[in-house]
Amino acid sequence: MTSEQATAKTAGQTPSKQGRRLPPEVSILLVLIGIALIYEVLGWIFVGQSFLMNQQRLTIIILQVSVIGIIAVGVTQVIITGGIDLSSGSVVGMTAMIAASFAQASTWARPVYPSLTDLPFIIPLIVGLGIGLLAGIVNGALIAQTKIPPFIATLGMMVSARGVAKWYTKGSPVSGLTDQFNFIGTGIWPVVVFLVVAFIFHIALRYTRYGKFTYAIGANVQAARVSGINVERHLIKVYAIAGVLAGLAGIVTAARAQTAQSGMGVTYELDAIAAAVIGGTSLTGGVGRITGTVIGAIILGVMISGFTFLRVDAYYQEIIKGVIIVAAVVVDVYRQKKRKV
Amino acid sequence: MAVSPTTMAAVRASGAVPKAEYLLNVENIRKEFPGVLALDDVSFRLKRGTVHALMGENGAGKSTLMKILAGIYVPDQGEVFLKGLPIRLKSPLDALENGIAMIHQELNLMPFMTVAENIWIRREPKNMFGFVDHGKMFEMTADLFTRLNIALDPESQVRDLSVANRQMVEIAKAVSYESDVLIMDEPTSALTEREVAHLFEIIRNLRSQGIGIVYITHKMNELFEIADEFSVFRDGRYIGTHASTDVTRDDIIKMMVGREITQMFPKEIVPIGDVVLSVKDLVLKGVFSGVSFDVRAGEILGIAGLVGSGRSNVAETIFGVTPATSGSITINGKSVAMSSPNQAIQHGMAFITEDRKETGCLLILDVLENMQIAVLQDRFVKFGFVAEKEISAACKVMSDKLRVKTPNLQERVENLSGGNQQKVLIGRWLLTNPKILILDEPTRGIDVGAKAEIHRLVSELAKQGVAVIMISSEMPEVLGMSDRIMVMHEGRVTGFLDRDEATQVKVMELASK
Repeated sequence: MTSEQATAKTAGQTPSKQGRRLPPEVSILLVLIGIALIYEVLGWIFVGQSFLMNQQRLTIIILQVSVIGIIAVGVTQVIITGGIDLSSGSVVGMTAMIAASFAQASTWARPVYPSLTDLPFIIPLIVGLGIGLLAGIVNGALIAQTKIPPFIATLGMMVSARGVAKWYTKGSPVSGLTDQFNFIGTGIWPVVVFLVVAFIFHIALRYTRYGKFTYAIGANVQAARVSGINVERHLIKVYAIAGVLAGLAGIVTAARAQTAQSGMGVTYELDAIAAAVIGGTSLTGGVGRITGTVIGAIILGVMISGFTFLRVDAYYQEIIKGVIIVAAVVVDVYRQKKRKV
Repeated sequence: MAVSPTTMAAVRASGAVPKAEYLLNVENIRKEFPGVLALDDVSFRLKRGTVHALMGENGAGKSTLMKILAGIYVPDQGEVFLKGLPIRLKSPLDALENGIAMIHQELNLMPFMTVAENIWIRREPKNMFGFVDHGKMFEMTADLFTRLNIALDPESQVRDLSVANRQMVEIAKAVSYESDVLIMDEPTSALTEREVAHLFEIIRNLRSQGIGIVYITHKMNELFEIADEFSVFRDGRYIGTHASTDVTRDDIIKMMVGREITQMFPKEIVPIGDVVLSVKDLVLKGVFSGVSFDVRAGEILGIAGLVGSGRSNVAETIFGVTPATSGSITINGKSVAMSSPNQAIQHGMAFITEDRKETGCLLILDVLENMQIAVLQDRFVKFGFVAEKEISAACKVMSDKLRVKTPNLQERVENLSGGNQQKVLIGRWLLTNPKILILDEPTRGIDVGAKAEIHRLVSELAKQGVAVIMISSEMPEVLGMSDRIMVMHEGRVTGFLDRDEATQVKVMELASK
């Protein structure tokens, strides 16, 4: 028997042995449910109340998750191409500051632009998304044209964008925002924005040429190039989208807080990467789904909320969060290894 | 009953080395890789103070044998004797300590360290405080260079040296281990004539000191110039050993290729149409130059040549992967700029690359995703959305036609065999309805059955009027499939052979010109 026949035979056996493979999101969802149930049990034991039967808590969780989630949708796409975006947190701070400066009410005593107050919501929105887009294009162009590692390019942007955020008002916050602007941050709106963004890019990744090319580049950039994909142009697109989404997250963050500060969004990039990785996006590229990232973001939110609920010290929370992120990557590496055998 | 390196060293130091007839003696070595028998019952003997050349086509087993001698591979069967004593080499370090040093084709030096540091790495002379004694190290290096007649500054950084000088450093390093056996793998491939002359001088010097040199080469003239003896290998088998004064060039070529072409190439003779692709004076600076040829509709143009002759580079340049420095590419009479694969695809070209894993397959994605990726450039897409149903149906038809053995289109490509991966890649390009198909080593690492299927398919495409360019290292494949053969050597086209006149001997002659 030739080796090919042997391989074909084993390949033929695989599906029958495993049955129909479940989509990877199912296992992540099970993890989420598991964590929630653990908190539920621990809640009754140590705190004497339910973790889940508390609508206010659930609302807070989902609200907290939305901003990270919006960023994570962009970061997921970047990671699928085999890259990384460390700049999103700083871009949040930068766009929050700049967008807010175009959203100040005339009633506020010291607006950044005294002649540009009470503008309609569309202006700060466009400005914010535009700033994010610009940051993303710079990231993408640097990576695609100079071939420097994404880690370095976006690290540079992370430092510089934070610098812009501080320089913009010499450190002072931008307050007195219009109700129109703040509206996007009230009630359930951040969640709506998150879910709409997630839906759009879920569709884009799964059903459009943009999505197919994104996965192809992550799976094998050389092969993608030989197959006719303009890899440079595509990478710029992907980083630009990540930038726009970070900009959107900046707007939502400022609107929620009804003020903008240069320190907004610090370490959000890490939470977003964590959400993507927990959601099954592989740091080696070519693998990942938006649905997984949404669940990943919710897992992160539930974990944090659970710690607070169980009155775990804030310091422990951070320590444990770090452990979880590393664990998610270890699981990913293990998954990749197992696949190869 | 292998002897440990320390024992060997002690034996050597005592001068009590048994006066074995041969310095190195390899008996009945067998080495198998998954699916390939690389060496089959091979024996080989190296005399003291001689240069012994190893000859053979690509894949004849020379490199595998060398890697066994250098401790990189462990043989499945057989024994290696050094000066009559059996040794068992488990690592390159092992080989080095036994006095066998290999100078690799791709040099293994650390570019940011000095020449002296590179030579004495791991064995640096130390001063009384345990720090590296640089003064002494440079002295030792200078002595070594004097002995070998090498004019190099021991303190210069390796990255500043030319390839030839790096090779000198490698040789000096090997000699510094007091090696008895030196293995050189095509050492002149990147050298100028003058540098080659210097290298040969050094080799003769080493030979006169009693060192045995195993010398791999594809170049006939070198064989007659430097080698005392030579051994020929073919398809993993040892063919014979002769003194280089006893034979002619033709004798050696016959020994290298002397096999019958099997009847597995179902090449049909089809009417050949107009010129589809015409390449004129194509140059890729430093890689190849002056490449000109035409390919006609229905024609299969084979490109033969040794590995490194620039065959694959020509294909990559025509396809826009590495745009040409100068020269022109004409398709159907129109001159075209070829600066990206995307442009090549727009002009009806398809390119199945040499390395399936590196530049072909999207291994972690499934069969469907792998097949559709090239055709999505301009078909099966509406408003950015992929027409899933249509493309799936088209891929299914293609995969059935090519008889890809896969449970379904959702199977990851990495789970398929090499032959089926290759079929998926062929399917990827056939979906684009190419007018020009470039195949680089289309059947490398594929078993016989799949090979024949791929050959039949290529023949069928030519019949439909596709112009085919096929690069192959397998002589029977080139001879069996091609209407015309272009032979390359060191970045130049050395000749064209028509199907009727082409023989293995003629191709080999052109390939080693």
